[in-house]
Amino acid sequence: MPPGDLERALCGLEFPTDSNLIVGLDRADDAGVYKITDDIAMIQTVDFFTPIVDDPYWFGQIAAANALSDVYAMGGVPKTAMNIVAFPIKQMDISILRKIIQGGLDKMREAGVVLVGGHSVEDKELKYGLSVTGFVHPDRVLTKKALNAGDLLILTKPLGTGIINTAIKGGLASGEAIEFVTHLMATLNRDAAEVMKGFPVHACTDITGFGLIGHVAEMVVDSGFGISLWSEKIPIIPEAVDYAAMGLVPAGAYNNRKFREGMVDISPSVKQAVLDILYDPQTSGGLLISVEKESAGDLVNELKKKGIDDAAVIGEVLTEPKGRIVVNP
Amino acid sequence: MSIIVDAKGLSCPQPVLMTLNKIKEIKKGEIIVKVDTDTSKENVSRAAQSQGWEVADIQENKEGYQLTIRK
Repeated sequence: MPPGDLERALCGLEFPTDSNLIVGLDRADDAGVYKITDDIAMIQTVDFFTPIVDDPYWFGQIAAANALSDVYAMGGVPKTAMNIVAFPIKQMDISILRKIIQGGLDKMREAGVVLVGGHSVEDKELKYGLSVTGFVHPDRVLTKKALNAGDLLILTKPLGTGIINTAIKGGLASGEAIEFVTHLMATLNRDAAEVMKGFPVHACTDITGFGLIGHVAEMVVDSGFGISLWSEKIPIIPEAVDYAAMGLVPAGAYNNRKFREGMVDISPSVKQAVLDILYDPQTSGGLLISVEKESAGDLVNELKKKGIDDAAVIGEVLTEPKGRIVVNP
Repeated sequence: MSIIVDAKGLSCPQPVLMTLNKIKEIKKGEIIVKVDTDTSKENVSRAAQSQGWEVADIQENKEGYQLTIRK
């Protein structure tokens, strides 16, 4: 749903509380976290969506990578998953569902996750995703808002998947762009999450439907800090700039902009197409890591050594202006 | 008589594709594009400008928006 709508639906509702709940709905983080013992906390998350690529096997992989990502973003390791399937059985051949689930299974295997069950319903529109459970030490949970002044922000995947997917829908995307974005969306955030464990990371989230600025906004609201983004340093899928300039910008990007533009200060030299990309909703996007300034260079180098070639420092945490995002050239 | 592209009721990227096709077809002149969402208004404007066309006018009416693009 567009940003803001869910908040309106939930506003004023009372949720049950429990002293072992470390991260619940009131914090609106990537996943819920519940302390089981002093050494173990459970992370729970769920995500599913309609196909974003034509190939069912790749769609299954992408949906699984996307659902698993929230556990990585909380600093945890995913362990079990359940399939969520909505399938138009009267209109579509069952072999398509089999390929989707095969894609999901292969991605789970890569992540060291076991499938323990699932639930399927008949639906006019195909949907697939996972409910995922993972674990983390209760003292090492990474939330969105635990920023430190002077921290640098590292993004681990390039932006622009929403725009490329719109170009695909319009039959305008190049073969190279389609292949690149498909592999990118199917790439697990596991390696990035493993690498960051060796560094003084204070906060983390993953970039998905609200776009980079939307997720940065969630980090800064009520954090006591602001964030400056350096737009020229932000990794972007090369074709996305041209496609954005051509008007292949998904409705979600405009919704994201409308919801957050009031808290964003933009340098006049930032190009419109780049700004569109900063609001572009991402599918299975990268991690956004807030790390101590002195360690940021080493963390980027380690990420690159692991094959995360697009990792880059894209901004910094500021003490002023509090609660605002500044987009610099 | 202006050339009209009626893209009301269509979701992105269809209005953009229709506009780009018409631009390619007539190469220069004036086109009126009718759309009914903010997304389409923005995207059709970007599409026209990317091809060196000027967005001369945007009228809002009860059906949505009417963009006049020109080269």
